Amino acid sequence: MIAQPEALTFECETGNYHTFCPISCVAWLYQKIEDSFFLVIGTKTCGYFLQNAMGVMIFAEPRYAMAELEEGDISAQLNDYEELKRLCLQIKRDRNPSVIVWIGTCTTEIIKMDLEGLAPKLEGEIGIPIVVARANGLDYAFTQGEDTVLAAMATRCPDKAPVAETDKNERNAISKLLNFGKKKEEVVKEESEYVDHPPLVLFGSLPDPVVTQLTLELKKQGIKVSGWLPAKRFTELPTLEEGYYVAGVNPFLSRTATTLMRRRKCKLIGAPFPIGPDGTRAWIEKICSVFGITPKGLDEREAQIWEGLEEYVKLIRGKSVFFMGDNLLEVSLARFLVRCGMTVQEIGIPYMDKRYQAAELALLEKTCQEMGAPLPKIVEKPDNYNQVQRIYELKPDLVITGMAHANPLEARGINTKWSVEFTFAQIHGFTNARDILELVTRPLRRNNNLKDLGWDKLVKEEAKI
Amino acid sequence: MKLAYWMYAGPAHIGTLRVASSFKNVHAIMHAPLGDDYFNVMRSMLERERNFTPVTTSVVDRNVLARGSQEKVVDNITRKDAEERPDLIVLTPTCTSSILQEDLHNFVERAQLEAKGDVMLADVNHYRFNELQAADRTLQQIVQYYIEKARKKGELPEGKTEKPSVNIIGSSTLGFHNQHDCTELKRLMADLGIEVNTVIPEGASVHQLKKMPRAWFNLVPYRELGLMAARYLEEQFGTPYVDITPMGVVETARCIRKIQQVINAQGADADYEEYINEQTLYVSQAAWFSRSIDCQNLTGKKAVVFGDNTHAAAMTKILAREMGIHVVWAGTYCKYDADWFREQVSEYCDEVLITEDHGAIGDAIARVEPSAIFGTQMERHVGKRLDIPCGVIAAPIHIQNFPIGYKPFMGYEGTNQIADLVYNSFTLGMEDHLLEIFGGHDTKEVITKGISADSDLAWAKDAQAELNKIPGFVRGKVKRNTEKFARERNVSVITVEVMYAAKESVGA
Repeated sequence: MIAQPEALTFECETGNYHTFCPISCVAWLYQKIEDSFFLVIGTKTCGYFLQNAMGVMIFAEPRYAMAELEEGDISAQLNDYEELKRLCLQIKRDRNPSVIVWIGTCTTEIIKMDLEGLAPKLEGEIGIPIVVARANGLDYAFTQGEDTVLAAMATRCPDKAPVAETDKNERNAISKLLNFGKKKEEVVKEESEYVDHPPLVLFGSLPDPVVTQLTLELKKQGIKVSGWLPAKRFTELPTLEEGYYVAGVNPFLSRTATTLMRRRKCKLIGAPFPIGPDGTRAWIEKICSVFGITPKGLDEREAQIWEGLEEYVKLIRGKSVFFMGDNLLEVSLARFLVRCGMTVQEIGIPYMDKRYQAAELALLEKTCQEMGAPLPKIVEKPDNYNQVQRIYELKPDLVITGMAHANPLEARGINTKWSVEFTFAQIHGFTNARDILELVTRPLRRNNNLKDLGWDKLVKEEAKI
Repeated sequence: MKLAYWMYAGPAHIGTLRVASSFKNVHAIMHAPLGDDYFNVMRSMLERERNFTPVTTSVVDRNVLARGSQEKVVDNITRKDAEERPDLIVLTPTCTSSILQEDLHNFVERAQLEAKGDVMLADVNHYRFNELQAADRTLQQIVQYYIEKARKKGELPEGKTEKPSVNIIGSSTLGFHNQHDCTELKRLMADLGIEVNTVIPEGASVHQLKKMPRAWFNLVPYRELGLMAARYLEEQFGTPYVDITPMGVVETARCIRKIQQVINAQGADADYEEYINEQTLYVSQAAWFSRSIDCQNLTGKKAVVFGDNTHAAAMTKILAREMGIHVVWAGTYCKYDADWFREQVSEYCDEVLITEDHGAIGDAIARVEPSAIFGTQMERHVGKRLDIPCGVIAAPIHIQNFPIGYKPFMGYEGTNQIADLVYNSFTLGMEDHLLEIFGGHDTKEVITKGISADSDLAWAKDAQAELNKIPGFVRGKVKRNTEKFARERNVSVITVEVMYAAKESVGA
């Protein structure tokens, strides 16, 4: 029996792990921001990744494209500015977007293409805002791509709220949606349903139904969401005045949080993330406490959700899970799974911002203590080879991992769940807790069905990486 | 700079990795930033590979950018050498390392001093070559490396095998139906009484490479991969090669006759005419199929063909020569080898199209309105949009193009598979057309009733808007479940709150 550590332990390995390139964020962001166009300035390698990673989406005339760099661009025989202007004019002509987002890649970093410098000049010339995000594999992993885009967008949010109340409603997509079809008196009446508190803007890209759910959840506490970064359209970016409160909904948004605090002078509400009923409750409670509101009915609400989850929870209670780490959702998911009664053996994570995730880490620690579970080891920049050796040794009941390792591990009799699905599924809020467990338990349910067939190990040789 | 949404051939390093990871016990180390190891995902998912893909990355990050890789690449090579004892480690440059211009040669030499296995740098320029060209070069490079190594050690075997024998060159991982083709070719060689000396790169060990000169001839079934290696062996050992793709009845016969000629020139006494005749008339069903009345109905139907050189050329010939189908245009994305393609297909189609631009292909399809398309996954999607059936005959491909059933494109069984593919594409098109004329399947009405839009419950506008945001294929289910929930609780107006309460309730 190994002695249980008293506090969370943090380690850092070699950083030799599999993850998606951060440019993958265009896949969900172009769908979220409906009037945008994403131009990835890179090479065939980037294009090949996007083409294959996005599967069928590629055929749906997506609003993104590659500006594929050729040898002449690398050796500066061609003029960057002229080339980008030619492509952006073509995009303007064919798609007429409200914003073009340039995604800088490894290549633009290495050849030091001054995208931030070129953008304002070109923007003035073609009349379309150009936002620059350096979402490259030299610096970032997977979901951090969204962080770089939102951090760049944060500087584009209007800094003055329009004076007239009606205008404000125009601006605000959510309230417009909620007030849909209502008369003006009703709207005023509805305003009174909210407690008087300083404006709150939430940041993080979520599917629209989840935006509605979380907004309604806060409304029940009398908290009004003044806007979301990002909104459905670039033209609807929320107002950010000095002193506004902001809260993140995803654990990988540390640059965005920093930008909102330092450049926009907003106040960050550091809370656990609304993933799982426990996380959602803690998130709401923290926001309430900042505004001096006593939360109502959260006990019953959480209990009721847990009750609904019981059929899933009983499948995983007492089982162990190992996160190889690739999307930065790991700490929040681990915390939720501990609350479900699982033991977490390792939390691999690409990057750990202990300040931005402080409340989440504290909740993880508290959850482990309350559930009597051992405190997991958090491994930053993991080494996949070493992790596989540890997996052989620890024999976890479930490994949450990328697609590169999933099939080989399954062939060796180890249950896996493909981690990228957590990024694309709806996992936030009370309503979607079931969806997380649907994902987590799927391999266990499937393999339960097959367990009597004797087909556990399907490789001949000793397992080798 | 080029505005691009889609590419037919991948970047150079993919070609190198395909060759390296096809060999047994060869490990590739990419000099690349985080996230460029997407190859592992493709191999693991598309090929449903049970083993870990033997590719790791020596990560290029900010520090490398500032100070160079220094010890990092060498350390990663020697570490992998110690961990897994591969026979060969191939250091693979990417677009990123191409512009960093680090002296990777030097790293390889230094690592070789410590490593027990062999270490090699793939000699591929990212900006000059695509996936296919890089694969061809890497295969040649590995073959040359081991031939020279054996020669230096005096381990090159003398002379040829006793009986006629062959090296099959070019079957690789992530190749279109390559594994099935390979099995079929081995079967064909057995039928012809020819020993298979080696098959490379798929499943081969690098130790087998020095045996290659013992073969009487080399068979290069794919135009894109293996020719450079075959030419090298011809130049070094005078080994002749046969590069006729045995795809389709006529070409398979031509390939076999060429093999006969090549081995008879070296003293064999083979006569395959009887075999060809027997297979063509009675074993393969394709020749009979082309005479049957089914195939008569295809006469003069318009088709277009697009793909890599090997498959697009072979399909064009099969359609035009063996089935009497009118190929309006045939095209390839192998621009670097366009002359060969033109020469192969010119007499079998009205027009030849050489392009890497999927938009141009889409337009060309829309312009001629063929009854069927034979192309890549991209053309399949164009077909979907235009309501034209499509048979997939070449990469880029998706997971459904890695069937687990036996589906070769080559040899005599391949001719059967191709006949099915062609026939099914056209009949489906006909069925669709007839259904349209006669007003669709009669089941349509019944299904519509089951998911009737009428209901006794009122949906609030916001809820209705919310419902519309739910993807079409699950919307009906969400709607039914919500209404059931509302009915059970006597809720008369469904609001957004009711919708989500329904979702949260057990069993919804």
